[in-house]
Amino acid sequence: MSERLFYANQLAISRTLTRIENDRSVAREIIGSLEERDYHVVGITGSPGAGKSTLTDRLALLSSKEKRTAIIAIDPSSPFTGGAFLGDRIRMKSSTKSEEIFVRSMASRGKVGGLSPSIYDAVEFLGRSGFDRVFVETVGAGQSETDIENLADVVLLVLAPGLGDDVQTMKAGIMEIGDIFAVNKMDLPGASQLATRTGAILEMSGRELPIILTNSINGQGVEELHNLIEKALGELDISGAIEEKRRRRTLYNNLNSVYQIIKEDFSENAKLEELMNYLLENRRLSDES
Amino acid sequence: MKRVKVLVAKPGLDGHDRGAKVVAMALRDAGMEVIYTGLRQSADEVVKAALQEDVDIIGLSILSGAHMRICEKVLNLMKEKGIDEKPVFVGGIIPAEDALELKKMGILEVFGPGTPLKAIVDSIKGAVDK
Amino acid sequence: MNNPENLKKVKEEWKEKKVLPLLRKFPERKSQFKTSFDGDIDILYTPEDLPPDGYDQALGFPGQYPFTRGVQPTMYRGRFWTMRQYAGFGTAEESNERYRYLLSQGQTGLSVAFDLPTQIGYDSDDQMAEGEVGKVGVAIDSLEDMEVLFEGIPLDKVSTSMTINSTAAILLAMYIAVGEKQGVDPSRLTGTIQNDILKEYIARGTYIFPPDASMRLITDIFEYCSKALPDFNTISISGYHIREAGADAAQEVAFTLADGIAYVESAIKAGLDPNVFGKRLSFFFNSHNNFLEEIAKFRAARRLWAKIMKDRFGVTDEKAMMLRFHTQTGGSTLTAQQPMNNIIRVAFQALAAVLGGTQSLHTNSFDEALGLPTQDSVTIALRTQQIIACETGVTDTVDPVGGSYYVENLTDRIEKLALDYLQKIDDLGGMVKAVQEGYIQKEILNTAYNYQLKVEREEQVIVGVNQYLSDENLKKDILKIDPVIEEKQRNKLAALKRRRNSQVVEEALKELKKAALGSENLFPIILNAVKSYATLGEISNTLRDVFGEYTEAVIL
Repeated sequence: MSERLFYANQLAISRTLTRIENDRSVAREIIGSLEERDYHVVGITGSPGAGKSTLTDRLALLSSKEKRTAIIAIDPSSPFTGGAFLGDRIRMKSSTKSEEIFVRSMASRGKVGGLSPSIYDAVEFLGRSGFDRVFVETVGAGQSETDIENLADVVLLVLAPGLGDDVQTMKAGIMEIGDIFAVNKMDLPGASQLATRTGAILEMSGRELPIILTNSINGQGVEELHNLIEKALGELDISGAIEEKRRRRTLYNNLNSVYQIIKEDFSENAKLEELMNYLLENRRLSDES
Repeated sequence: MKRVKVLVAKPGLDGHDRGAKVVAMALRDAGMEVIYTGLRQSADEVVKAALQEDVDIIGLSILSGAHMRICEKVLNLMKEKGIDEKPVFVGGIIPAEDALELKKMGILEVFGPGTPLKAIVDSIKGAVDK
Repeated sequence: MNNPENLKKVKEEWKEKKVLPLLRKFPERKSQFKTSFDGDIDILYTPEDLPPDGYDQALGFPGQYPFTRGVQPTMYRGRFWTMRQYAGFGTAEESNERYRYLLSQGQTGLSVAFDLPTQIGYDSDDQMAEGEVGKVGVAIDSLEDMEVLFEGIPLDKVSTSMTINSTAAILLAMYIAVGEKQGVDPSRLTGTIQNDILKEYIARGTYIFPPDASMRLITDIFEYCSKALPDFNTISISGYHIREAGADAAQEVAFTLADGIAYVESAIKAGLDPNVFGKRLSFFFNSHNNFLEEIAKFRAARRLWAKIMKDRFGVTDEKAMMLRFHTQTGGSTLTAQQPMNNIIRVAFQALAAVLGGTQSLHTNSFDEALGLPTQDSVTIALRTQQIIACETGVTDTVDPVGGSYYVENLTDRIEKLALDYLQKIDDLGGMVKAVQEGYIQKEILNTAYNYQLKVEREEQVIVGVNQYLSDENLKKDILKIDPVIEEKQRNKLAALKRRRNSQVVEEALKELKKAALGSENLFPIILNAVKSYATLGEISNTLRDVFGEYTEAVIL
């Protein structure tokens, strides 16, 4: 199947994604059968209630004017029943109405990092099937924020006033991740203070990163945000840093698979998670050297 | 790892979503992944959600009396998009003769007021296992 | 014995000596007895369970603060409540016919049901309206339809209640225009528009615009009507749908009054005097199955609202503290199984509403869990009210259950629980915010789900549904809406659009857009547009362009 055709065939994409989600080795086979392709992954994270979904919706719509765009929205699975509510489509009105954008919800299915265990494969598959931009919206709680760093080329951290973001994010160290910061709900009191404080915190940690005020409901600031993301991706392409990002993505995809294999085969072994952390730690050390 | 994926949709203009949400909660508690679309979905949007999410089964909640037209449209669109193998069930205030008509049309099951949640969950599990 | 301390002791002794020995031999039916709001129910209530505030403060006299025993001094000894059956379906012609029938049968007020496209601001020819035209109520696209709807019904003689919310301004404008054509001055119009948008976000779903714009439209109506329609109730703050969505009795009171507080606050902000418009506020409650609890609920709501108006808003005119309400029996309590049982349910619910002191009442038809009611079933529902009014004798004295130890205790408890919720909502930054964040919706859904689980476990028995089943054929005569209606309505609309002066329409809409962008009162401009025969959809879409549309809170 030609690239363009595959992209256009939402049904084929959708059905293949299900196979990828349900079986890791099948996923490998499918991805292996498709040629490698350049595409970009934009990660969107932040506290629940910050307006991630609405913002993702608007960004995807802008992106879809030039690029073939897909969204993967992740929601948490219940640790007790394995069931999940996937409600992101409610807030993604434009994208779900658009003929151009492919929207898919995924349950986290108990993955430690908060992303879905098959997320790497799903993203890689979408990229190879012809999508240029894949937006990945995280659960927005737990460890998904740190995991998204390994998956995405550019990470957008969405904050909003009134959520205790200023205090909490500092505490959690979430601000260590994120390449672009959006202070959403800019119409609410406290938004500009939050932006200022975010800037100060970043400066203290020696990172100078763009911070932008947005209103995902009426779209204010979203176009600038879109341009910032495009610019960041463009810079990655030009500097060649994108290659490093992709290398890291593959690396983590592999590690993730290792984890899955071990976990599925010896699920009663409580030590496995610890073992996984060692592996990740080692890897990080070797990267830094 | 395989999980049952269900679409719970509220097509049409009717805003009574207690039933849809309570059923969605029960399905989640039964270990399913439930995609909820929110109110006022066109047939087009419902079918698109079913297609993009590749759900195993589709539930439509309709209390406005517009069920005949809506179901017909959804089923036709599903055929057109090539996903007519997915079972569809309907919940709501559906007169008995309409329920018969809907089943003839291809709706798998019609759940009226007072249907036990367990019956709905079991029926969905049964339909998906087939 | 009259000393409460002593009474408490005596009751304990009675429990120990009389009850416990018996329980050892014959245990009770259930290990615990609970109210709908999950409160414990004791085996017996005595004078010690009466309100601690004393008779004067807690109960008082009918027609006096805090109105626990009723808003009028004579209540039903003066006149019965308004028997108002909600009706409307198909085209304006058909609904008009049913209204005239109901009036001829002794009904004393009209209650108009609109179809969903009318409620959500779509004309019958809009793609969104497909399949829905005339289904749950009458389809109104323009003033022309409204003229037909009230043909032969003198608007100065009948009080009309309209269940309309996000498009309330448009429909009220049409009503005024029809009145004027009949030669009735707006100041003589009586009735109610629902106009309660917050509960649409919470429970009923016919919202269009985001909350800020919606609240503006509502206060614009308040302001305009305070002068032009002084006898018209400009809002019916509705707990009915909140209860239908699954809330318990205490939540129904809490969330309804919280909505009320939000409206009063925004009206005060718009410069209105709560002593004046407080009198134009009306409420709308559900009457459910739990008979005594429901009676207590109405009394608790009345007392709490009086306190809120007096203490929170500093109202001094007692009339502006009175909670006057309409009641509808609980639609969600109707069963599709053994539908005739519903007649009995409705009778008890209606009786609870009357004992709770309702000002008007709709009794559901027994076949409504199967489809739209037929003329016969509607008649039985109306007769139920007439039997309560004329045969049961409960109308011959005011607040006959007042002083019941149990009912007074329940009244207190419901009031207290509602008060706790009001505090929580204040802490969240008010009702609008609590709704936007989905807090209220989540609370209700959790109650609804827990209730359903109780039904599944048969802890809650529903006769004919989870116990006392019988084999039956669910087929019945139901009212069918002719699918041709949609086409008829579209043709009528097309004809109107050809006939009217489109230039005048365009100008009226342009003016509306300009006004919406600014801050002036939109009502007179909408009235002007309506008179030019601009359609409901055209007016709504003009406002949609300016205000945008609301996206529901994700609560699952």
